Amino acid sequence: MSSLAGVSLGRGRERAGTAPVLRITRSKGAAALGLKELWEYRELFWFLTLRDIKVRYKQTLLGAAWAVIQPLFTMLVFSLFFGRLAKVPSDNLHYPIFSFAALVPWTFFANGLNLSSNSLVGSSNLITKVYFPRLIVPAAAVISGLVDLLIAMLVLVGMMLFYGVGVQATVLWIVPLTLLAVISSLGVGLWLSALNVEYRDVRHAVPFIAQFWMFITPVAYPSSLLSEPWRTLYGLNPMAGVVEGFRWALLGANTAPGPMLAISSLAALLILVGGAFYFKRMEKSFADVV
Amino acid sequence: MSDVAIRVEGLGKRYRIGSHKKRYKTLRESLAGVASGSLRRARSLLRGEPVRTPPPSIWALRDVTFDVRRGEVLGVIGRNGAGKSTLLKVLSRITEPTEGHAEIHGRIGSLLEVGTGFHPELTGRENIYLNGAILGMKRAEIQQQFDQIVAFAEVEQFLDTPVKRYSTGMYLRLAFGVAAHLRTEILLVDEVLAVGDAAFQKKCLGKMSEVAETGRTVLFVSHNMDAVRRLCTSVCLMRSGQLAGIGEPVSSINAYFESDAVAEYVDDGPALPGEDLRIRAVKIEQQGSARDWFEYRMPLEIAIEYEVFQPLQNLLLGFDLYTSNGVPVFRSYDLAARGMGSREPGFYRSVCRLPGEFLQPGLYYVQLLAGLHRLRWLSKEKITVGLKLAGSRESDVDFPGVLCPRGDWRVARVGACSVSP
Repeated sequence: MSSLAGVSLGRGRERAGTAPVLRITRSKGAAALGLKELWEYRELFWFLTLRDIKVRYKQTLLGAAWAVIQPLFTMLVFSLFFGRLAKVPSDNLHYPIFSFAALVPWTFFANGLNLSSNSLVGSSNLITKVYFPRLIVPAAAVISGLVDLLIAMLVLVGMMLFYGVGVQATVLWIVPLTLLAVISSLGVGLWLSALNVEYRDVRHAVPFIAQFWMFITPVAYPSSLLSEPWRTLYGLNPMAGVVEGFRWALLGANTAPGPMLAISSLAALLILVGGAFYFKRMEKSFADVV
Repeated sequence: MSDVAIRVEGLGKRYRIGSHKKRYKTLRESLAGVASGSLRRARSLLRGEPVRTPPPSIWALRDVTFDVRRGEVLGVIGRNGAGKSTLLKVLSRITEPTEGHAEIHGRIGSLLEVGTGFHPELTGRENIYLNGAILGMKRAEIQQQFDQIVAFAEVEQFLDTPVKRYSTGMYLRLAFGVAAHLRTEILLVDEVLAVGDAAFQKKCLGKMSEVAETGRTVLFVSHNMDAVRRLCTSVCLMRSGQLAGIGEPVSSINAYFESDAVAEYVDDGPALPGEDLRIRAVKIEQQGSARDWFEYRMPLEIAIEYEVFQPLQNLLLGFDLYTSNGVPVFRSYDLAARGMGSREPGFYRSVCRLPGEFLQPGLYYVQLLAGLHRLRWLSKEKITVGLKLAGSRESDVDFPGVLCPRGDWRVARVGACSVSP
């Protein structure tokens, strides 16, 4: 009967199964993930996500426009410098839409990474006053970014119309690809948010990590620059799979990234599961340290 | 078959010292620590010294064992740092115990603060749902009680206004309103009543006794002895992390005033932004010095030291004096000295002199009052100072009553007996 954070739920003997018995004790060894408990707290997860979304658009000058400005201006700069001047190849696509299709999921990933890694420290008032599975906090931060992603997707659709890119059946792959981006962002976010509670200088490392990661992801350039098997191995960076996947699914870039995506999915899952266990292990001291 | 709601056995919580001063580290320090640590270890190995020195730590809670029966309202009292809040944090699963365990039989909710998670940008309505969910309420439960919460908080017209535009009073009412409608079988409450003006506190207290009367199990941590006495069916007294006693409210509260109540209150913390007034000290003195107990035959002085940050009009400063079992004896303000007080910024000391042979020997407590006349109360927490009066003579006997004024008796023979012997 041992499960997460030293708490286990059993059935009370006294009240014929109505009163759950909660046992509070020191947790030992590797804690379980407590997915069942996470499910029980799904409403809180929903409300926190909603809060993050609402707060993001209130009290900002441009509101939802920020979701577009960030990838749009990066795209303009990339198109000018990489597309026009450096003549970076773009898999026979127009460079602006080639880079924008990558920047949409990339921006989601980078923002999710940034928000989730600061989320625990930012919610210290909650963590020291109320119990709930702490995993909810970084998860809500990542998921709330989906609204931004959706808005940016609308602009992408506009660009597809402008460049006359036809929609194919592969477009349905966007859903699992987005899920992969969520898993990657949350996975890294879990590691960083837990580390950030213990070590406050992680906060300064996050923007650097995000920037560095963008350069090692085929956002401004195509992964087809690499030859096999290196291109497939490139998938170890899960965002490489996501970005190439987006281009393939939406723009019909003829670079079906099948094996690469398989590697990316595996890598993302490993990061997520590892991050979740690390997070769980650190969770019990959050309230004492944060 | 037992009717136990909370069972606590040998519960202990250890904190590392220094973790208060600087609770988090930086990665750089850790890395440097590893390096210098191994150097130090190598050096001490060479010298043949013991290698490991345990990090200094403190037991905030130790060997605490008690049961709370279903429907019981257990008060937890003790001076600051006695472990009351740590106990509550462990029981609400915010932090893990270091040793021992606790069993909670039933759905538990904890209120360690009102308005946890309130977001200023969100509207009253949105905050009700968010705060409710944070406290562990299901959406259906919140919906069901939504109207009652709104009615309690009296914010009907402002439901769709961001709470940052609320007055402090509205904000607190809304926050307490959500908390008061938490319908769990077991409730852990930490001094949530210590906020707001007197009328609001009264309202909250009323709501709390309603909760207590519905047969729910409540663990209530408070410094407000009056509230503890009124609400609790039993009271446990904490002393430096350990359970010093558990029993009838009156006897536990007496034990608290006997040995734990501070005979002096001192606050030298920094001023908060926007603060008008800060009570810096409350001291009781006899013949110019503080002591553990005071001779009831001699006059004594109750001194209040306070700092005024903003010019204040109509300041009321004084105290209520209660017997240890909560009977109010009197209230006194410093108005008498200067008329309705207006104060320029500065450090002040108001002293009230009580005559000797006025109060019976016994335990009393002085509860501080500070406010702007007909406007609002100023001090956020209830500052309470214990007062122990005793007689130093062997011949002292207990008389009934609270007061012992030396009546001005005159005796005279006014005539002969009506019946001759």
